[in-house]
Amino acid sequence: MSARGRKGPPGAIGSQPSSLLLVGTLGVLSVVAGIAIVLVHGWAQPRIEAHQAAELRQAIEEVLGEPQRYETRWVVDGKLLDSLPAGVDSSAARPVYAGFAADGHMVGYAVPGQKPGYQDVVKLIFGYDPSTRKVLGMKVLESKETPGLGAKITSDSAFIHGFDGALAPIDGVKHPAQDPHQVDMITGATISSTTVITIINRSLEAVGPALGGAHGGEGP
Amino acid sequence: MTDRTGREVFLRGVWEENPVLVQILGLCPTLAVTNSVENAIAMALATAFVIVGSSALVSLVKDYIPSQVRMSAYILIIATFVTVVDLIMGAVAPAMSKALGAFVPLIVVNCMILGRAEAFASKNRLLPSILDAVGTAAGFSIALLLMGGVRELLGSGTFLGLQVMPHNWEPWVIMILPPGGFLTLGAILMGMSWWWQRGEKKDEAVKPRRWPHGVRAPEERRPEMVA
Repeated sequence: MSARGRKGPPGAIGSQPSSLLLVGTLGVLSVVAGIAIVLVHGWAQPRIEAHQAAELRQAIEEVLGEPQRYETRWVVDGKLLDSLPAGVDSSAARPVYAGFAADGHMVGYAVPGQKPGYQDVVKLIFGYDPSTRKVLGMKVLESKETPGLGAKITSDSAFIHGFDGALAPIDGVKHPAQDPHQVDMITGATISSTTVITIINRSLEAVGPALGGAHGGEGP
Repeated sequence: MTDRTGREVFLRGVWEENPVLVQILGLCPTLAVTNSVENAIAMALATAFVIVGSSALVSLVKDYIPSQVRMSAYILIIATFVTVVDLIMGAVAPAMSKALGAFVPLIVVNCMILGRAEAFASKNRLLPSILDAVGTAAGFSIALLLMGGVRELLGSGTFLGLQVMPHNWEPWVIMILPPGGFLTLGAILMGMSWWWQRGEKKDEAVKPRRWPHGVRAPEERRPEMVA
């Protein structure tokens, strides 16, 4: 297994190979690496996107209580539109997902939102029924909060289900929540809990009026 | 080197020169993603793929790479494997990919992998290089599983998500936070030291630890290599 019996690598210690050889070697390697990555990317990307779509679909179903079907709507400049108008940058529009029950009546909207939390951006989606101003459910899609503390916003079922039926705007309180606007926060995870509540309130400030229903003024 | 059997090459990475427990390499993933056994397994598998793939490839192309650019070439090869792993993981195991987050791309800078490429694969034929890489990957996996097992058990009271500790067990949250990683690694390394020194008498002169295979002790290094 020693070096004997084969020629040493070009440019072994002592000799000085031309720069062209050095640049060429790295160039060829880079091209091969690039091609390999492109091929794998071409295979993997559709699958990654399919996973993300499936995850979103599952989250929408969860926060709207298993609607029969849902449609994507867009809120642009405070107006609810059925499709994204041409020429509007998708970053200026917010998607909401209208869920419908089997008999055709609308259950509510699933609204995605995000905001920086304790460590990184927290992304979540929540169900909202504009006719009653009630939050139907909340699910955190992405977070990197502290394991064991802030990460409970994704796993603590008492906290998560505290949002079911809560009236907007929501106020986070120390246990026990007393009126329908209040939800219990997680002990030791104040920032993460507040982040979740703030995301819901801010999202509703932004898209709530466009969704109609009992909206218009401050509070009930 | 020539008289080493495949078995020895393999076992060296697993135990005698375990990358984490003996060489103290690759500590970033060891400390960062071992807060659960599941994460530890995923990281071990991803790293194993990269180290075996890159060692094999380095061993195949070693004769064509001028020594002046070998490091850049090895890193390029390793980075390509890591990108491939990252994409495949996202496609077939999205939950895993999400749990490991930024630590999959960071496999590139795991010095254990470059270490095997430089210290072994660049000097050996394909088969021994693969064996060496598999041994190192196995050693790395053992270390990660040890860490993940201890931390998950104490920090969450579970093993692979299954409740193991009695229900009145109050989880030591600190064990799944970064300090828990350091505490666990410290305890394991202490155990390792005891294991290596067991049976040695106190008055015996401390034997110098052997340098890892392929690395010369400082006094043996030729002056021109140090310069």
